[in-house]
Amino acid sequence: MNEYLEIAKNGLWKQNTGLVQLLGMCPLLAVSSSVVNGASLGIATLTVMALSNLSVSLIRNLVPSEIRIPVFILIIASLVTIIQLVMKAYLHSLYLVLGIFIPLIVTNCIVLARTEAFASKQQALPSCFDGAMMGLGLTLVLSVLGGMRELAGKGTLLSGIDLVFGESAKSFALTVIPDYHGFLLAILPPGAFIGLGMLIAMKNHMDARAQSAAEGAAILPQHA
Amino acid sequence: MKKGIFRTSLRTSFIMVAFVLFTTALLALTYDKTHDLITRSEEEEKLALFNEVLPQGISDNDLLRDTVEIAPNDLIGNTSPVTAYRARLGGKPAAVLLEAIAPDGYGGKIVLLIAILANGEISGVRVISHNETPGLGDYIEIAKSQWIKAFDHASLAFMPSNAWHVKKDGGRFDYMTGATITPRAVVKAVHKALEYFARNKETLFAKETK
Repeated sequence: MNEYLEIAKNGLWKQNTGLVQLLGMCPLLAVSSSVVNGASLGIATLTVMALSNLSVSLIRNLVPSEIRIPVFILIIASLVTIIQLVMKAYLHSLYLVLGIFIPLIVTNCIVLARTEAFASKQQALPSCFDGAMMGLGLTLVLSVLGGMRELAGKGTLLSGIDLVFGESAKSFALTVIPDYHGFLLAILPPGAFIGLGMLIAMKNHMDARAQSAAEGAAILPQHA
Repeated sequence: MKKGIFRTSLRTSFIMVAFVLFTTALLALTYDKTHDLITRSEEEEKLALFNEVLPQGISDNDLLRDTVEIAPNDLIGNTSPVTAYRARLGGKPAAVLLEAIAPDGYGGKIVLLIAILANGEISGVRVISHNETPGLGDYIEIAKSQWIKAFDHASLAFMPSNAWHVKKDGGRFDYMTGATITPRAVVKAVHKALEYFARNKETLFAKETK
């Protein structure tokens, strides 16, 4: 069980793809203009990562190391295409919102990075879990960044949620600041860079504080 | 030694080919299983959009099957042939749905769906795709504002061509300060599409569906 706890910690905090590894910046910067966009792409990426890690781990002993990268890419690209087709057929309204982002998942190097660094060396179940946790870490960063940009840029939260859950969900959208005239910079790409910079700074600050607190605790007893 | 290299490469390429064949087969299977559903959803989506711009009960024909190709021309703004859809009631022309392109938006092309009734009156306009600045020029989308409805019921007969401009240029159409290029492009494109319709009305309805 300990192993899974470690994987979860790595994915969500220590090795967070968005804040620490800084992999997959392209979709992160492009789609994080609102909570709904960010979270939806995050969940789609999570699905692809869990499945690709699982399949790579299952076939890892069949593939000679010389051709492992092309085979992994082949698997990831096929999975993304299959998910895209299935979504287009069965979840058409969701596809209309997310459609253009789905093929972007292939270009997200974090997916390939996790299959190569983790799944190609580990058992199937931990691999699948690692993909899911890494994806969840990315989803959280995307949602928080999307929330920051949406709030600063449009004064709303969760706008467009009706596109995902249907008309009845329209009331979930919050207008946090009424009569807000908008802050365009936050919605445009520079807003993504600035927002991500702030998130990374915040995480580093929290880590530094936690570390100094730990060191302080270790030193204190010696002085006493 | 040589034989070793030969064998390894043969084995490796065999494995690679096997994976390619397997994933291709998987993709082909998924495509085959989802193809019909996807086509159906896309048609439904198109029809829903058509019904949004056409008055209720205006047609009794199969809109998606009654089409005509429009060759590239300046009034529609297309560089490759586009499909126009025809609405008929009891076989008589009722309306036509044109896809027109405004080439001079702030962020490039703006693609519009324009529904024109047989008497030359606009029944509705919607933006299909655009690349205008979010939060500034995107009020042409129906999801963002009602601006696009200003075209409803407009026609060449009741609006002189000097009215087909934004108010800033002496015309009749509203605009938002700071984003004049976008509505200017849309107004121009709709105006030109009406002119195209006025000149080609007979042939538009007469041509056979290909």
